[in-house]
Amino acid sequence: MSVTDSATAPPRGGVRRLTTARAVAEGIAQEMERDPRVFVLGEDIGAYGGIFGATGGLLEKFGPGRVRDTPISETAFIGLGIGAAVEGMRPIVELMFADFFGVAMDQIYNHMAKIHYESGGNVRVPMVLMTATGGGYGDAEQHSQCLWGTFAHLPGMKVVVPSNPADAKGLMISAIRDENPVVYMFHKGVMGLPWMAKNPRAIGPVPQSGDEVPIGRAAVAREGTDATVVTLSLSVHHALDVAEQMAEADGISLEVIDLRSLVPLDRQTIMSSVAKTGRLLIVDEDYQSFGVSGEVAATVAETDPGMLRAPVVRVAVPDVPIPYARPLERAVLPGPDRIRDGVHRLLKA
Amino acid sequence: MAVDGYGAATAVPGPASLQGQAGSSPELVQLLTPEGERVTHPDYPLELTAEEVKALYRDLVLVRRIDTESIALQRQGELGIWASLLGQEAAQVGSGRALGPHDMAFPTYREHGVAWCRGLDPVKLLELFRGVSHGGWDPAEHGFHLYTIVIGAQTLHATGYAMGIQRDGAVGEDGQAVIVYFGDGATSQGDVNEAFIWASVFNAPVVFFCQNNQWAISEPLERQSRIPLYQRARGFGFPGIRVDGNDVFACLAVTRKAMQAARDGQGPTFIEAFTYRMGAHTTTDDPTRYRLASELEAWKLKDPLERVKAYLVRTGAADQAFFEGVDEEATVLGKRVRTACQTMPDPQPLAIFDNVYAEPNALLEAERAQFAAYLDSFASEEVAQ
Repeated sequence: MSVTDSATAPPRGGVRRLTTARAVAEGIAQEMERDPRVFVLGEDIGAYGGIFGATGGLLEKFGPGRVRDTPISETAFIGLGIGAAVEGMRPIVELMFADFFGVAMDQIYNHMAKIHYESGGNVRVPMVLMTATGGGYGDAEQHSQCLWGTFAHLPGMKVVVPSNPADAKGLMISAIRDENPVVYMFHKGVMGLPWMAKNPRAIGPVPQSGDEVPIGRAAVAREGTDATVVTLSLSVHHALDVAEQMAEADGISLEVIDLRSLVPLDRQTIMSSVAKTGRLLIVDEDYQSFGVSGEVAATVAETDPGMLRAPVVRVAVPDVPIPYARPLERAVLPGPDRIRDGVHRLLKA
Repeated sequence: MAVDGYGAATAVPGPASLQGQAGSSPELVQLLTPEGERVTHPDYPLELTAEEVKALYRDLVLVRRIDTESIALQRQGELGIWASLLGQEAAQVGSGRALGPHDMAFPTYREHGVAWCRGLDPVKLLELFRGVSHGGWDPAEHGFHLYTIVIGAQTLHATGYAMGIQRDGAVGEDGQAVIVYFGDGATSQGDVNEAFIWASVFNAPVVFFCQNNQWAISEPLERQSRIPLYQRARGFGFPGIRVDGNDVFACLAVTRKAMQAARDGQGPTFIEAFTYRMGAHTTTDDPTRYRLASELEAWKLKDPLERVKAYLVRTGAADQAFFEGVDEEATVLGKRVRTACQTMPDPQPLAIFDNVYAEPNALLEAERAQFAAYLDSFASEEVAQ
């Protein structure tokens, strides 16, 4: 049995290890046990367990009343989630792919995110919109986008993007308990799915307890001194791989910041790291222009550009749709080779 | 009205007096004719005391007065815009008075009459149309949700709310149900059709109350549907009923029955209140550009207020003093609304940063401080001068 074939890997050193998918499902299950208002809506989330495994086992535990498979009607079930949240429930709504947001963007952008503001604070919409993002497995233009920059751009909803099992569970718990709509975006490549490329970082220790990982706080995934790599989601895995290799091969010390939340964005952690290293590389699997990488660069430029000893380098998806052809898709994604190249450019400057 | 094996309503011939009238059809549920004559319907028995009828008449008059005053205020530059309910008072008051205290109504932006029935001060509505608030009343306090501007979007919120009620188990006599308002134009929206599917499949306690006012701004009904709207419900698997939307009795009876059915776990009902938008779509619109004056004249004969007045006079339930008293009350209400409107304070500029999220947010606090400093810079300039 390979690591990715098993949902629960054997304990190592007494620490229980789960795939990210299992960790998400466990976080939801614990909240459903704690709070009867929590329920799940979405396509293929019941018997199937969610096509990326985020709701595995929930139907068996909680039944079809609280784990509701839906007709193919994203507009409807997101709108329904809003109504149910307004009524006092705590819905978790899964949008199968973030790419499908276009079908339901009025409900997301114009209603879910704005009702609290419009109501003068009288109405709250405490719901989780959970969705799968990212490419790297040949799923083409309409099933491979990250789009978190698009969601983070609009005020009124929080956006979280976990990269590992423990954060995935803790951020899900926080998202469910939050009084705001929270868009919970998981990259398919971090879930530990058996049919995806093997990713050892998609499996890791997860606490049994129902502790929150606070929304709005980045994590220093690796400490370093030569340059700061600000990144998120699957790119954290690539950045850590590159950092390990370059430390060993080139003696380069990279600090890797895992943003974890985009809204609110932990600007302080970014600034503290850049203040230390003086060099900033941003790695983002979303489109390069008008997105997260620009926002991070602007944060430094607006606050204290003097701390930069070299121009900022961005490694993101060029401003083209995600190509279907495998070699072309590989070319646009910010994989380890492009990250390494970015580090070299940053350190040469 | 009979219900067939599919749970959908089938047509039953209505009162003979309706035959041949413009805008009416044999399927229409009617309890009070345009001439003020009380008629009966086998499925909708309705017993009203004289006092109850007078109360409905008072509602109709006051709601119309709010509308008239608001149009005038807009014309005088006191409101940015107004969406008139003229002609639709009976549909709104009849359905609004059919609701129980625990029910929730999801309105469009035209449901001023329903707002009235839910105890919302019309001044709150004017804050929205004057542009000094986002429309921030507390929906829970009145069982009346926020005005929704995007056409049909609220049908999904209502259905989701209804599913929440279902999960709470608030059914039966003391249960809760939801009513959602929308117009004929909204029936072309995907959201509305998806709400029908969901409400049907999950048997949600929701009543779809469509005020068919014949016009989606300038688009007439015949360009929106080839069949009567209420007949669409059958395809979704729940009953559809057409009611005379200018008949406050019929709207009350039909809505009351549909709401109780929803509370009793019998699922959704589609009510098509067949009415007419006597005025413009909003104050920015000029309906003479796209519809004939003769159509308006024909509908004036079916005025929702006149028929109740005729009925009260005919039955001797009200005397001249009653009508004068209601008119006087309307005048006082109009004046109060006008004064309140003209003296509404503008919101403070820094309020733009309020309520984006349920709790304070570091970025927004920084932006608020920055904006406050910008505003303060004018004060210091004034001092310098």
